[in-house]
Amino acid sequence: MTKPMTNTERPRSSLATAGYPAQRVSLVDLLDRVLAGGVVVTGEITLSIADVDLVVVSLRALLTSVSALTDPAVGREGPEREWPERE
Amino acid sequence: MSEDTGVWAYAITEDEHLSGPEGEPVELSWLTGVGEAKVRTTAAGGLTVLVSDVSLAEYGEAALRANLEDLDWLDEVAREHHYVIDAAARLFPLLPVRLATVYSGDAAVCAALTANGAQLRGALRRVGGRVEWGVKAYAAPEGEPAREATAQEGTAREAGAPVSAPSPDEGEPNTSGGAGLAYLRRRRQQLTAAREGKAAAVSGARAVHAELAAKAGDTRLHPPQSGQLSRVRLPMLLNAAYLLDAAGSVTFTAAVAGQATAHPELRIELTGPWPPYSFVGPDDDEADDEH
Repeated sequence: MTKPMTNTERPRSSLATAGYPAQRVSLVDLLDRVLAGGVVVTGEITLSIADVDLVVVSLRALLTSVSALTDPAVGREGPEREWPERE
Repeated sequence: MSEDTGVWAYAITEDEHLSGPEGEPVELSWLTGVGEAKVRTTAAGGLTVLVSDVSLAEYGEAALRANLEDLDWLDEVAREHHYVIDAAARLFPLLPVRLATVYSGDAAVCAALTANGAQLRGALRRVGGRVEWGVKAYAAPEGEPAREATAQEGTAREAGAPVSAPSPDEGEPNTSGGAGLAYLRRRRQQLTAAREGKAAAVSGARAVHAELAAKAGDTRLHPPQSGQLSRVRLPMLLNAAYLLDAAGSVTFTAAVAGQATAHPELRIELTGPWPPYSFVGPDDDEADDEH
């Protein structure tokens, strides 16, 4: 992923609040939700849903692996959804 | 529906929510979605879907495969999709539909609604009208409290200044080894402090999540974000979503602010309120949370 992002929002204080009323949300927060969240309602003639899922999976894998490579930080050892629920 | 047009879905609600108190229909004609297409509705079995017509040349199967890998295209389409969901969620309870769900036509939408009606109604009861808050926690950067003490101590010692509270192994007089050994000792202490700082941040993030989860109706954990996308270079330790009643938002955001104050070893960011994107998933997600 070498293309520079247009998103330039950065945290400015220990608690940065994005919200009421809608301020421009950061792309990365939006992608967490629209690519992985949202209901998937399949039907026999839904176009391409399986293929799109595959693309989304590969995209997410790419985005996540960039982070993992540049920052082998704490809490990354397990499957992504298992941390930090397990004590 | 012509052969080169598909139907893009944004959100699902129950028919009854689309009527005002006097039975007048909720006005949606001002809404535009992907490709600036007008949003309209299609309904079956008591459920209504907000949709718009899209060109399959840009949003069809093959085109989506290519376009979704183009971050500029994805950025624009994700925002257009979100705009419709966010605007509608302020008007009535709904379920957000995942990005890039395209049907061959209204008949296909209705068939999908009918086939999944019970599940969709169940999800609407769980999350409809509620909001999602995002909380991200990073290990505080060098120079902020956890690490600052170490750096200053090292500098002070190098300059020969007195150290007020020496730790046991560092406080011994430097009787042998000279500058090289002193450097190694200092370096080792820095590494230890960094490791301890990181461990403190990790346990801090767990504590924050536990505190906030206790105040939320439900929680979901997202994977840590790519630093390249977020432009934040700090290690991300928590990327969580919390489901709240609209009325609970004020208390919850105050609790987040309290956690930010209580945990100087972390940098905490709050986003939202979002439509409940992260909570519409199948029930097997719930097994991953809290249990």
